[in-house]
Amino acid sequence: MVKQPIITVKNLVKNYGDFAAVKGISFEVYEGEIFGLLGPNGAGKTTTLEVIETLRDKTSGEVTVDGLSIDKDADKIKQRIGVQLQAAGYYPNLNLSELIKLFCGLYGIDKTPTEMLEKVALTDKAKAKYKDLSGGQKQRFSIATTLINNPKIIFLDEPTTGLDPQARRNLWDLIREIRDSGTTVVITTHYMDEAEELCDRVAFVDGGHIVGIDTPNHFIDELVASGFERKKEVKLANLEDVFINLTGKEWREG
Amino acid sequence: MTKYSNTRATLAIAVASFRSIIRSPSAVVFSLAFPLIFIVVFANIGGSGVTVDVGVAKTCDTVGPVYQVLKNIKVIHLITKESSKEMASNLSKGNIDAVINIQKNNGQPPYTLNVQYTDASQQKGGVLKSVLNSVFYQLNSRGNTTVQPVANIQETTVKGREYKYIDFILPGMLGFSLLSSGVFGTAFVFLSLRLTLVIKRFFATPVKRYSIVLGEAIARLVFSWIGALFIILVGHYFFGFTLVHGITTVANMLVLSAIGLIIFMGFGFIISGVAKNESTVPPLSNIITMPQFLLSGTFFATTAFPQWLQSLSNILPLTYLNKAMREVAFEGAGLGDVTHELLILGIWFIIIYAVAVKTFKWE
Repeated sequence: MVKQPIITVKNLVKNYGDFAAVKGISFEVYEGEIFGLLGPNGAGKTTTLEVIETLRDKTSGEVTVDGLSIDKDADKIKQRIGVQLQAAGYYPNLNLSELIKLFCGLYGIDKTPTEMLEKVALTDKAKAKYKDLSGGQKQRFSIATTLINNPKIIFLDEPTTGLDPQARRNLWDLIREIRDSGTTVVITTHYMDEAEELCDRVAFVDGGHIVGIDTPNHFIDELVASGFERKKEVKLANLEDVFINLTGKEWREG
Repeated sequence: MTKYSNTRATLAIAVASFRSIIRSPSAVVFSLAFPLIFIVVFANIGGSGVTVDVGVAKTCDTVGPVYQVLKNIKVIHLITKESSKEMASNLSKGNIDAVINIQKNNGQPPYTLNVQYTDASQQKGGVLKSVLNSVFYQLNSRGNTTVQPVANIQETTVKGREYKYIDFILPGMLGFSLLSSGVFGTAFVFLSLRLTLVIKRFFATPVKRYSIVLGEAIARLVFSWIGALFIILVGHYFFGFTLVHGITTVANMLVLSAIGLIIFMGFGFIISGVAKNESTVPPLSNIITMPQFLLSGTFFATTAFPQWLQSLSNILPLTYLNKAMREVAFEGAGLGDVTHELLILGIWFIIIYAVAVKTFKWE
């Protein structure tokens, strides 16, 4: 099957005054994959995402999303994508059902809160306030709000930062389900085990440039082939496996 | 795909915002509880601020109907125990606001009321004057049905209605409620929506910017209207607040409330743009609200101020909102009769929103 690019970024440049945050990035995201943007803090990941999400103007370059140019069709693009922002809050004093209704209004879509909360297993929290949710629940709720408009692509900016191993695994399952139902997922993360586990392809961003783009497996094989070896003897399990083994896979609320 | 509806998005924001406002304790306290507490307190102390101390001259007729009527007016505090000398001295110092002397005449009218005012207490003298006018109007109209006026006084300007303190304090409280809701509420909401990236998340949806502002404004307006109606009705039914033309007067007051709120929200937009974080909102808001609260005739008439302070009062928008409210509520004026006040509020609107457009920050 030939892979169809759903996002195309060509020579994207973004300057903040004198500071060049993104210095000519080009990449493609294929339809139906989980695509990871990886890189240290300040590498330009979030800026790149926000330009694609039409939240920020670019300095130069070309970006098309689902065949639409971000210059001309920002409004149409917004109707086709779902966006989760890093560390974003929600309207104060509202419960989850009411927040879903608000987003339905903002997107002009008829969905019931129950329908959306079911997708992220939060129906029992329908009357709870966002601020009273656990970290994992907050992230799942954020993802529910990105799915309201049946988007073709969703963008998740560091969705697992600060979550415990169980909540993280729970979120991975959710993200995979979303991908399997046909939605393309673009994700940023600082956790390489997560990228390795979750992403179909990853791009490494550093200093405003893309320094590599491929499948996680291919990157690892390449590195091994170049003669790289971990200093420490590789064991068949790591400490996180121990953690999960001892505390169970079961995700807990709280 | 169905066409995207900006109206629907605006209403969704309005509903969300309204829910959020009624669940926020500070909004409810400032818009409803505070004004009501002030009204209850001031209405019940009969407005100790407007008790007029009136000396009763030794030669005064205290048996006739005129004296009996005056005795029953709460605003008037009759002093009978002082000697004529003490009374004269206290009057000149302003410790007594006026001295009355009712004379029984042999001819018509049967009574003459001599009132001696003092320069030392012009304000209270003015209050007494209008109270006496209203009392005499009633007294004499009662007399007219029989034969002749019962009594006369020198002042001829007759006000047909009794001006109660509630008639003064309630419009002021309404203005205060609108001011605090408009300034504090708007500033807090927009700052926190900006800082918590709620607005940014909104921008990732097809919603238009004007929908966000309009939705918020609608919610705040509806909330303020409910608050205003509540205050007016409580004032009217429990404290005898005068509504000259009933429902029409209420409608006019609500229109004025909307105008006031929109202007005060402009201050809120400016503050939300200038403030760096939530802790800078209260001091900035107080800079806007406190002077207006004190100088715009919320609790007492600005005519009590020295001239230089009055000229300051005469700049503030709340002064004009209060004036217009009182004209409408008590004098029964229509909106067409308060065009002067509306014009000045219009100028404020232009100035404030010109600044707000420059200072407001979306992110």
